[in-house]
Amino acid sequence: MKRRADLAFRVLATGTLIVALITLAALVLDVLADGAGRLSWRFLTSLASRRPEDAGIYHALAGSVWVIVITAALALPLGVAAAIYLEEYGTNSRLARFIEINIANLAAVPSIIYGLLGLGVFVRFMGMGRSVMAGACTLALLALPVVILSTREALRTVPKSIREGSYALGATKWQTIWHQVLPVAVPGILTGLILSLSRAIGETAPLITIGALTYIPFAPDGVWSPFTVLPIQIFNWVSRPQAAFKENAAAGILVLLALLLMMNAAAVFLRDRFQRQGRS
Amino acid sequence: MRPRRLERVIELALLLSAVLSVLTTAGIIIVLAVETFEFLRAVPLVEFLTGTEWTPLFASPRFGVLPLIAGTVLVSAIAMAVALPMGLLSAIYLSEYAPEPLRRVVKPVLEILAGVPTVVYGYFALMFVTPLLQRVFPQMAGFNALSPGIVMGIMILPLVSSLAEDAMRAVPSGLREGAYALGATKMQTALQVVVPAALSGITAAFILAVSRAVGETMIVAIAAGQQPRLTASPFVPLETMTAYIVQVSLGDTPQGTLEYRTIFAVGMLLFLMTFALNLASTWLRERFREEYS
Repeated sequence: MKRRADLAFRVLATGTLIVALITLAALVLDVLADGAGRLSWRFLTSLASRRPEDAGIYHALAGSVWVIVITAALALPLGVAAAIYLEEYGTNSRLARFIEINIANLAAVPSIIYGLLGLGVFVRFMGMGRSVMAGACTLALLALPVVILSTREALRTVPKSIREGSYALGATKWQTIWHQVLPVAVPGILTGLILSLSRAIGETAPLITIGALTYIPFAPDGVWSPFTVLPIQIFNWVSRPQAAFKENAAAGILVLLALLLMMNAAAVFLRDRFQRQGRS
Repeated sequence: MRPRRLERVIELALLLSAVLSVLTTAGIIIVLAVETFEFLRAVPLVEFLTGTEWTPLFASPRFGVLPLIAGTVLVSAIAMAVALPMGLLSAIYLSEYAPEPLRRVVKPVLEILAGVPTVVYGYFALMFVTPLLQRVFPQMAGFNALSPGIVMGIMILPLVSSLAEDAMRAVPSGLREGAYALGATKMQTALQVVVPAALSGITAAFILAVSRAVGETMIVAIAAGQQPRLTASPFVPLETMTAYIVQVSLGDTPQGTLEYRTIFAVGMLLFLMTFALNLASTWLRERFREEYS
């Protein structure tokens, strides 16, 4: 009797995992079935259009790339600097502890709240308008907690002996960090950055809230240009009643997923190299 | 002397970067508080919190937020009804049963599930799950709470599973061995020893998952509709707090108007709800860590 309950439990638990797998498979197959027919070079290189069969995603893809590149340029130095402070300088100070708790809390704030923050601070208070810059600043704040956490982990794996060797040769604290610790931690930091960016590139709600446009027939030509991004374009197409636009949405999703897959592959590649380095 | 000063300047710059996170929190609170204050000067707090009609964009606007809260709670409850049992089961399985090779396959799959953009889940809910459910429940509308709720549950499942698993793996193996020595089966050990021992960690995972569900936006904005409605029926269109913010942001409501301020007032409410949940979760996790260190 006991054995039978044990077996039943095992079946139930395995079933749960299988349901999760099936859902993932259904999602991918559904999007493939709906959207693969629309994918073409023309779809990738055409601008938005009111006619679904002419519409492409070039403007949205360009917008996503613009926003993500600037987000990375902002989040990387700020995140790494904050992580270095918390890990190397502020250990045990009360301020550092407070900052840590604060970062953990920020990581769990809904992304749409960041959108309201961006709308209030970047778009209106700083007068950036509904530009690529405002979007990137908003996403950078959103990405920071993850960049900080992963950088701290990467710093922690750097062996103590490297630091001590550097100090023994008379290097200052910053010289040690800049010339010895950071180079070793780079792959780990980059892995974390890419993972946080792959989350940022799929973000929709905060960018809608700061007022990224949903219909825009041109690609951004600078950081102050209005813009849209892939997920917003997908959302716009999903919200239209015509079936042809839903096809476009599915094709757009395929492009987005392909982009994510490439970013994650890069992260896995880096992590692999990092681990091999650490072992040798 | 010169390098010394440089060291100080660098340390200060690093400190400022770290303080940016505190400024972010302060910025969120200030932006939300200022606009909410302006909003409450026009709409009494009691009317806002207890009103049962939410029609801020109508000619004769009503500002009762309860329908939006009800919509948020309903969808989140459905999501948790999916994510809690499934997440806990898979966590128990991964922590207590699964052989190492299986774990190495399953964990990345769960990570992928957590990494899919929410707009994609929204499409999936609207175009795949809703039509599927309509075959079972013919009375169900094209926009509803059930389909986005279920999909959101699947999306949150990896979060529940990995945090709960971490909590269970932190339980000292001595407790398990004691149970086995008393003749308990694997299931009895898992359910009656490991899960109770990890309970505060598991609860922390659940609370964090609720917070995620409450703040989730795109799935509900796409698949739940845009009709604020005080209902417990999972079959009719409704609107959540997050979906309302998206709806107004998409429109061309002029800045500085009362309608425009509603999104900050709703945002404030959303922030307070999730903030309270996050604090509770952090507190429980800390307590759990103390128990086994």
